[in-house]
Amino acid sequence: MNNTASHLRNVSLLILLSAVVCVPFADFEITAPDFWGELALIGHAALNPEVISWTELLVALANTLSFAFQGVALGAMTGFLLALAYRFSIVRSISAFLRAIHELFWALIFIQVAGLSSLTGLLALAIPYAGTFAKVFGEIFEETNKAPAKAIRNGGLSGFLYTTLPLAWKRIVDYTGYRFECGIRSSAVLGFVGLPTLGFYMETLFKQGEYSQAMAMLYALFVVIGSARLWLKRKLLPFYIVAAFIWLPPTADISWLLVWQFFTYDIVPAPLRTGYGDLSAWLWMLLSRQAVPGVVNTVLLTQISLAATLLLSLVLFPFHSKLFAGKSKILGHGLLVVMRTTPEYLLAFLGVIVIGPSMLPGIFALGVHNAGILAHLIGRYVDEFKLRDDAPRGMLLYLYEVLPRVYKQFLALLLYRWEVIQRESAILGILGISTLGFYIDSAFEELRMDRAFVLILITALLNIGTDALARYLRNRNV
Amino acid sequence: MQRLTSFGRAAFALLFVFFVSVVQAKEVFTFTAIPDQDETQLQQRFGKVASYLEKELGIEVKYIPVKSYAAAITAFRNNQVQLAWFGGLSGVRARLLVPGSEALAQGYEDQFFKTYLIANHKTGLQAAEKFPENIVGGSFTFGSKGSTSGRLMPEFYIRENLQKSPDDAFRRVGFSGDHSRTISLVQSGAYEVGAVNYKVWERELAEGKIDTSKVQVIWSTPEYPDYQWSIRGDVDKTYGDNFKQRVQQALLGMNSPELLAAFPRQSFVEAENDFYQPIEDTARKIGLLD
Repeated sequence: MNNTASHLRNVSLLILLSAVVCVPFADFEITAPDFWGELALIGHAALNPEVISWTELLVALANTLSFAFQGVALGAMTGFLLALAYRFSIVRSISAFLRAIHELFWALIFIQVAGLSSLTGLLALAIPYAGTFAKVFGEIFEETNKAPAKAIRNGGLSGFLYTTLPLAWKRIVDYTGYRFECGIRSSAVLGFVGLPTLGFYMETLFKQGEYSQAMAMLYALFVVIGSARLWLKRKLLPFYIVAAFIWLPPTADISWLLVWQFFTYDIVPAPLRTGYGDLSAWLWMLLSRQAVPGVVNTVLLTQISLAATLLLSLVLFPFHSKLFAGKSKILGHGLLVVMRTTPEYLLAFLGVIVIGPSMLPGIFALGVHNAGILAHLIGRYVDEFKLRDDAPRGMLLYLYEVLPRVYKQFLALLLYRWEVIQRESAILGILGISTLGFYIDSAFEELRMDRAFVLILITALLNIGTDALARYLRNRNV
Repeated sequence: MQRLTSFGRAAFALLFVFFVSVVQAKEVFTFTAIPDQDETQLQQRFGKVASYLEKELGIEVKYIPVKSYAAAITAFRNNQVQLAWFGGLSGVRARLLVPGSEALAQGYEDQFFKTYLIANHKTGLQAAEKFPENIVGGSFTFGSKGSTSGRLMPEFYIRENLQKSPDDAFRRVGFSGDHSRTISLVQSGAYEVGAVNYKVWERELAEGKIDTSKVQVIWSTPEYPDYQWSIRGDVDKTYGDNFKQRVQQALLGMNSPELLAAFPRQSFVEAENDFYQPIEDTARKIGLLD
């Protein structure tokens, strides 16, 4: 990261400025008429969770964990293999493409060929996770000290196994452990498209206004992720993974005829497939009526949410730091756990219920979730600071000492989240917000795989572009 | 190296389980239904139908719930379900995708189905015979994107009467997801006008779930054919000769009020694929089918 102060300032200003430019074009309408009433109902339910069927809850929880363990394990193994070849640009491109498509979109694709099966759940998680693992592992290998590998003069596999891998191993294991936590969140969200995880019930219950029962499901998710430190031990992982495969073996009744049809017929543009109509007119309709408005709204939501994340994290991280919050840090800690444990998709879903389908619930969800993550990381980093005895306190300490010292780190993390926020912005369209996901969901609902295919491709390219721009901003002078 | 070996062991176990897990043989007869109203009730509604069919057919019958109309169609196409309670449009789509599949039975009421346009009282719109052209410029919610009564037919009449696509005709267009939610969104005022399946409206009205001082019916579409049971063409091969006919008889013979209330229909009558030609034509006309 280029760390001159002017670079940090310029990048921050660019982020804020782009959000300011986007605001006039974004849809901020509150369409739900009884915002406070609905919120009060949810608040009341939050204090009175209700479990109707423990079997249902526990089975859904077991399914959620099973998909998470299987998906992350397979994703980590595949990502590891890809990372070994990460110096080839083709491998980097494949990895970027795999992770540019959100797990919910992968799930919608696999449902077409493998139905609502356990195999669909496994692949929907494993594929995008493999792309992310490949990138992170690949970067870890690149950053590993090369001296030992050079010393033994063996560039091959055994050289790698005895020099680079042992040095990188701790970071690889740490990161994999962290991803299991993300996997549980992702797995819960897969329920929203019909897989039997916690999200399956949460979607139904929240939508029908059965908030007390829905809250019980949400609390189950909080408890499992919040207590992960206690039970998600490295040594127990193999056991969990095997148990996951035994509980929910990845099977599906796949008709290879349908798979063949999917690739050779379903995704072929309608004019070519049916012989009616004109391909260029079809493409023009798809681009002008769906792709362009979808991309514009996705970018608007992304930029405003990125700026919201920036501001919110800077406000929140002191509450998670002993320097500022002292003993009441525990409260800040609790708040941040809830913020980052609740999947952004679920937050937006709740936001749409109480606010209505404008960009507000999207900005709220993305801002809250991502600020929860960033404030947590920065707060933890700040607590390692050693201050002079005569260090200032309060606002002066924050502005003149802490902020300058963490800002470089903070901005790097924020730019990392950019790509993630963009991917989520697209997916939130499924909830009715007019981003790319809205049009992709419509295409799936109308069983128009040809349109879904083109729109997903455009979503992936947009995401790859954002990723590249973020990398550029991290490394160059602006 | 200690950790490497434990990692290796885990990897090996993982691959082993992955390859050993086999595809189970299938003898169960499975059906689904489009999630067109209150989803919390689906399992309860169709669980009873499953046990009825099980008794009538003498084989294990399972109901699986799905999250969307498209998921119901995909499950039918993938042979994950062999029978489905579809809407008009979802049935047309499903049968186009599965050659040889047939509409077996429809509800008595489905021969002359209707969509109601409903409006929040604050709009001041009143019930009338004529299409309410003054809904232009307001907010409007459909039901599910793939619904016949909640999307296809209302969109057709909007286009016909206003000469505009819904996106151009209204300030805001939403898709509530199902009919129950459409009613609650218009009743609460989140949307000014909405399109709803008349059977769901009448049932919720009878159950006292609707506050008629806040929301009322302002227009009804002309009649059209809607929901039906469709079955895959290959079931006789899997479940024995005449199976299709036996399923049809079981469906037509479903006359306990408790079972019929699940749909809700007064009885079931025979149906044929051709009954739904008007739906297919309408869908092509407004560009919902290629």
